[in-house]
Amino acid sequence: MNITLKIWRQKNEHAKGKFVTYKLDDVSKEMTFLEMLDYLNEKLIKEGNDPVAFDSDCREGICGMCGLYINGRPNGPKKGVTACQLSMSVFKDGDTITVEPWRAKAFPVIKDLIVNRNAFDKIIQVGGYISVTTGSAPEANSIPVKKENAERAFDSGICIGCGACVAACKNASAMLFIGAKVSQLALLPQGRVEAKERVKTMVAKMDELGFGNCSNTGACEAECPKEIKLTNIARLNREFYKANLS
Amino acid sequence: MSRFLGSSITKKITMALLGLFLILFLPVHLGINFLLLKSDPEPFNKAAHFMATFWLIKGFEVLLLASFLLHIFYGIFLQIQNWLARGKQYKITNYSQTSFFSKFMIWTGLIIFIFLIIHFMNFYFIKIGWVQGDPENFYGVAHQLFKIPAYIILYIFSFLILGFHLAHAFWSAFQTLGWNTTVLSLVFKGLGTLFAILIPLGFTIIPLVIFFTK
Repeated sequence: MNITLKIWRQKNEHAKGKFVTYKLDDVSKEMTFLEMLDYLNEKLIKEGNDPVAFDSDCREGICGMCGLYINGRPNGPKKGVTACQLSMSVFKDGDTITVEPWRAKAFPVIKDLIVNRNAFDKIIQVGGYISVTTGSAPEANSIPVKKENAERAFDSGICIGCGACVAACKNASAMLFIGAKVSQLALLPQGRVEAKERVKTMVAKMDELGFGNCSNTGACEAECPKEIKLTNIARLNREFYKANLS
Repeated sequence: MSRFLGSSITKKITMALLGLFLILFLPVHLGINFLLLKSDPEPFNKAAHFMATFWLIKGFEVLLLASFLLHIFYGIFLQIQNWLARGKQYKITNYSQTSFFSKFMIWTGLIIFIFLIIHFMNFYFIKIGWVQGDPENFYGVAHQLFKIPAYIILYIFSFLILGFHLAHAFWSAFQTLGWNTTVLSLVFKGLGTLFAILIPLGFTIIPLVIFFTK
C-alpha cells in the first residue's frame, strides 16, 4: 500500500523542528510500524538524506523504548500494544499518518522522534527499589506472600516505563507510572520496609521534574501498552497520605 | 511537613475534600428550593430566614464560602501547572480515550462560578445589604426571576453545566482519596452519574413548573 507520512523532524534539543512529509510506496501490511520506519530510513539514506531518528530496542513490546505519538494517540490506534508491536495492517492504502514525539516538558526532544526520558530514571533513583544485603539469592518461599497481593504486584510490575501515560494525559502527568512503581513494592513484604519514605521521595521528585497533576481522565489507563490500571493511582494516593499522616 | 503540604497529591486531596463538602450542600439547597413550588410564600421565606440567621448555619456559610474560594484557587493553580507541563502541543490530538466530562472541568467550573456571581447578586448580596431588596421575601424574588424566560434559560444551562462538572467530579474525588478498587470505582461512577442527573434535574424543574403554572 501507499502511505503519506508527516514526521516531526528536529535536529537537536535546541532546534526549532518542523513536520516533513514523505510519500512511501509498497508498504507491506505485514510490516510493523518500526519496520515501516526502517524502510523509510533505507530510502532516505539511499537518497543521501538524514534518516529519521527514533528509539527502539527489543522490538517485542518489553523494553519500553519505542514510544511514538501516531495520529494523535500514543503507539497508534490499537489498544495494549507498543509502537514496535503495531502492525501496518491497521492502516489503509492512501492513509496519511502523523508521527510525533512524546510531548511533555519533562521529556525534552533529543532528536526527531527521540525524547529524553531520564525524568523517569530520576524518579526511580530516589525510591523505586528495595535495599537488600547483597549475596546469594534467598529461598523464594522464606517470606510468605498472599497470592492476591503477588498477582496485584505483578500487574503493577509489568509497567515498562515507556512514558505513554505521560504522552496520553492531557496534563502530562506521570501518576500512573509512579502509581505502578509504588504499588508493585508496597504490595510485597520486602517493599513495605521502605514504603513510607519511597512514596514521599518519588512524589516529591515527580513534582520537582515538572510533570502535570492527575485529573483522573483515564487516558493513561486506556493508552498504556501494558494496560496498567487507575487503581494504582488510587493506591499511590493512599500510600502518600498514610505515609505523611501516620 | 512542608513537602507534604506543597505536594501535588495534597493539593488534589484538598480539592477533592472541598468538592465533596460543596456537593453535600446541593441536596440541602434543593430541598429548600422545592418550597418555592408551594403557593404559600411563608415556608420558603421561613427556611431562608433560618438559613440566614441561625448561628450554626452562619458559621457553616463562612466555611462553605471559604471552601468555594479554595476549591476555585486550587483548580486554577493546578490547571495552569497542567498546561505548562505539556510544553509544546501535539499537532494532532485524539483524546477519544479521555473521559468526556474530565476534559472541560476548568471551563465548566468557570461557568458555574459566573452563575454563582449572578445568583449571589440576586440573593446573597441582598441578604448582606450590598444590593437593594427585601431579604425577608426571597420567595418573591425567586418567583419574579422565574418569570423571565432569559433567566430560566441561563438557570437551566448553568445546572446542565453543573451536571457535567459533577459527572466527573464525584467519582474523581473518591479516586483521588484513594477509595478506588475495581468494584468501588463502578459504585462511585454509578452514584456520581445518578447525582449529576438528579440534582440538576431537581433544580431545573422548579423554574419550569413556576413559569408554566404560576
